[in-house]
Parts: sequence; structure tokens; C-alpha cells
Amino acid sequence: MRMKSLVPALYILFLMLPIYWLVAMSFKTTNEILAGFSLFPQTWTFANYIEIFTDPTWYWGYINSIIYVTMNTVISVLVALPAAYAFSRYSFVGDKQLFFWLLTNRMAPAAVFALPFFQLYSAVGLFDTHIAVALAHCLFNVPLAVWILEGFMSGVPKELDETAYVDGYSFPRFFVTIFLPAIKSGVGVAAFFCFMFSWVELLLAKTLTAVEAKPIAAVMTRTASSAGYELGLLAAAGTLTIIPGAIVIYFVRNYIAKGFALGRV
Amino acid sequence: MKTQNQRAWWFVTPVLLLVAFNALIPMMTVVNYSVQETFGDNLFFWQGLDWFEQVLKSERFHNALGRQLFFTFMILIIEVPLGIAIALAMPKKGPWVPFCLVTMALPMLIPWNVVGAMWNIFTLPDIGLLGYFMNHTLGLSYDMTQDPVAAWVTIIIMDVWHWTSLVVLLAYAGLVSIPNAYYQAAEIDGASNWAIFRFIQLPKMKTVLTIAVLLRFMDSFNIYTEPFVLTGGGPGNSTTLLSIDLVKIALGQFDLGPAAAMSLIYFAITLFASWLFYTLMTLNDNKS
Repeated sequence: MRMKSLVPALYILFLMLPIYWLVAMSFKTTNEILAGFSLFPQTWTFANYIEIFTDPTWYWGYINSIIYVTMNTVISVLVALPAAYAFSRYSFVGDKQLFFWLLTNRMAPAAVFALPFFQLYSAVGLFDTHIAVALAHCLFNVPLAVWILEGFMSGVPKELDETAYVDGYSFPRFFVTIFLPAIKSGVGVAAFFCFMFSWVELLLAKTLTAVEAKPIAAVMTRTASSAGYELGLLAAAGTLTIIPGAIVIYFVRNYIAKGFALGRV
Repeated sequence: MKTQNQRAWWFVTPVLLLVAFNALIPMMTVVNYSVQETFGDNLFFWQGLDWFEQVLKSERFHNALGRQLFFTFMILIIEVPLGIAIALAMPKKGPWVPFCLVTMALPMLIPWNVVGAMWNIFTLPDIGLLGYFMNHTLGLSYDMTQDPVAAWVTIIIMDVWHWTSLVVLLAYAGLVSIPNAYYQAAEIDGASNWAIFRFIQLPKMKTVLTIAVLLRFMDSFNIYTEPFVLTGGGPGNSTTLLSIDLVKIALGQFDLGPAAAMSLIYFAITLFASWLFYTLMTLNDNKS
């Protein structure tokens, strides 16, 4: 038994090492970093964090990212809910083909779409806005949300719908007051996945923005090249990007196991 | 049994419009570029299938595709068995379960360029934790900006670090859904650990493992940001995977025609392989 728990322990250690190094680096001064190797920061400094929190270019990067990620999560889940209901409850002409076509968009390499997306969103006048990134990320998040929600909805027996109609519920009232509470863990999981993939994506977010809606990830890459070799600052910015994800996982920790199976266990 | 109802189309209309806007218009732009030649000024000339022929015959594309296939193969062969092994060793209940789940999920929520930057800092030969350990404690010469083998090992380990947890969490979700009665029955029969794995655990994990293999295939085949930030495709072209090469051609050299043709070929390969995986892995379901 002890041998067995060694496996996850070692794995978690392996996962934590690069993260530890990033965090340790963020508390070091540039001089100390370049002077040589040290396992712990010798002279602790918060200068890197102070710079990020006082420079608008930096902290607006975080705010921009959080704005478009939130927009994307809300839009994806809202449009996916009725569609997932249709796929889980009804059969209609072309349903299987449509479902497969939606999933193929999850398979498209983002690199393929970078340039056409730039042209499309420039043409409709949305370039460098939060909504442009939020809409672009719908390309892969909406299919995923439909897929997850459909799994959870299919786990709810159809009798629930029929009983509600017999009791005289209208469809919207049934959907909001009875059906949604029944699949709320599914909604949470879908929102989690949308948040996750929108938060970590950079290529499209960077292509579709210039100044006004520039995501934190893009601020990082541009600073890295313009300010030379400021590793400590880069490490502090990186550390701060881990925090929103960590908070979100903490909230959904009890649904993670089921959620990762997309409701299909 | 599902109800026949054509009005269900109204429910899927918002999704259809949103995804069509994002998928069809850019896709048609790509198709347009792939059959035309431009010299700027918005002048286009019909090119037919020349670009496709050029890409399919070019050695550069073959090399990038070869590297991409090798990368994806290594990822699947390492991450899937490793993920299953870790899931099997995880506790089924108790206070450690949420701890394990949260820490394991953490790497997946880090922005991809931060993952690349983090591994860059981690592997710097003289000041990175791993780089220092390899060079100064073990006395190996390890520098992934110079040595293609070191670069390859690093991008593979980075991806194992980044995504093995997806397989672990999916496999774990499959494992905890097995009722205890199955294990009790196996104990009465005197089944070996291997037999329990082969005839109880593996079949129960099949659906989720199908999802795991599909997602890992698609995402590793389309990978761009992490290796780009970490190695930039180098040293030389040794870690230039398909997406990196594509962006180089499209945005670096602005060869829109060949880049568009390459995009379509790339997408077609991903689609075909995903379909193949899915069909092979669900073959037995349809028979029974």
C-alpha cells in the first residue's frame, strides 16, 4: 500500500518542480538570477510584483484576459444549453452529421485560422475588442460545451420532462426551474472547461488584439523581447497567470473526477 | 428512444450560426487562397491545384510532417500508459483525493506560453533547476538550445508534464465509477491483479480512454505555442512541428497560397486520423 501511494506522490512532485522554480525565480532580484544558481531566493524581493501592479500595461493585460474569458464562458454555455438539450432529447434530420461537424471544429489547428480570423474580424470592425476574442474562442469552446452538456443531460431520465409537461409546465419554465438545477454540475463543468481553454489560448487572442484588448500572455511575450532579459519580472507575471486557474479548480474540485469524463461514466 | 422532432433545429440554430461564422468564413478564405496566386494589390490569379501539388511534393513538408507524427506518437505512447498507471495508484477516497485532483489539474490551467517560458527558465543550463542539476550535479552536457536530442527530450517531457493529468483524471473518473461488488466478486474468484485490470478496470475505462486518446491526439497534433516559446523550432529546424512551420510560411514569409494549401492538407490529416481512431476504438461496441 505504501509503495502504491508513492506513484502519485512522485508524479505530483514532478508537476510541482517547474512551478516551484517559476515562483522562486519571481522573488529573486535580476542580479541574483544572473549571478548563478541558488535553490531558494537569497534576498527576497517583491519588486517584480510591485512593478506589475503599478504599471497599467501589465495589470490591464490581466483585466483584458479576464474580461474576454468571462464573456466567452457565458456565451458558450448559453448557446450550448438549448443545442445540447436538442441533441440529448430529440432526433432530427442531420443531427448526427451536425454533431460531428461541430466536433471537427475542435480538431482545427489554431494556426490554420490565425490569418483568416484577423481578416474576418477586421472586416466586421471588431479587431482589438474583447468580444472579438470571446467570439473567436467560441470556435472550439462551443462544440466542447455542447459535448459536455449533452453527456450530462442524457444522464437525466426523460420521465422528468414528461412529468413536468403533464403538470402543466411550459417549456421555458420547466427548463429553468426543473431541468437546469438537475444538471447544474454539468453546467459548472462546461463553464470550467470553457474558462480553461479560453484562458490558456494565446495564438488567436494575440492575433486579434493590438492595444485595447491585449491579453496578459501577449504583454509577456512583447515585454520579454523589448525589455531584454528580465527573467524575474517574467516569472512574476507567469506566477500571477496561474492564480485564476488555481481558484477556479478549487471551486470545481468535487466535480473534477466526473467532469473530466464529460458526464460519460 | 428519442422523439422525432424537426423543430429541434431551432434549438441548435444559435450554435450553428456562431460556429458557422467562425468556421465557414475563415475556411472559405483559406480555400480561396489555396487555389489562387496573388502579387499584392488584391489581384488574384487562378492557380488550380498547383499549391497542393507543390506542398505534397516538398521535402520541407515531409520533414515537418515526419517530426509531427513522431512527436504525437511519443506523446500517446508515454502519456496514456503513464496516466492509467497513476490513476490506478491513486486513493479512491479520503482527504488526499481532492488534493491530488487539484494539484494534478493545475498544469492544464496555465497559459500555454507561460508553460513554454516556465520550462525555458527551468532548463537554462547554469541557472535553471533542471539545467543546473543535469550539468553540474550529474555532469552531463545538457543544453537544449544547442543539442537537438536535448531539445526533443525537453519538449516531450514538457508535454508529459502538461497533459498526462488529462489522461489521469479521465481514467480516474472511469475507475471510481466501478461498483465495489465487482471487486468483491473478483476476490471470491481469486482473480490476479492483472486479471482485475484486464477484465474489470480496463473495460470500464474504455469510453473515457477513447475520449483521452482522441483529445491527446488532436491537441498534440495541433500543438504550437509551447514548443514555439521553448525552442522556437530549433536548434536549426529540428523541433519545427507542423503548426510552427505553417505559421512561418503564412505569417513569416507571407506565402499565402502554399500556406493555405498546407492548412487544408493538415486539417484533412487531423480529421481522417481522428475518425480512424474513433472508428477503431468503438468497433467492438457496435458488434455487441
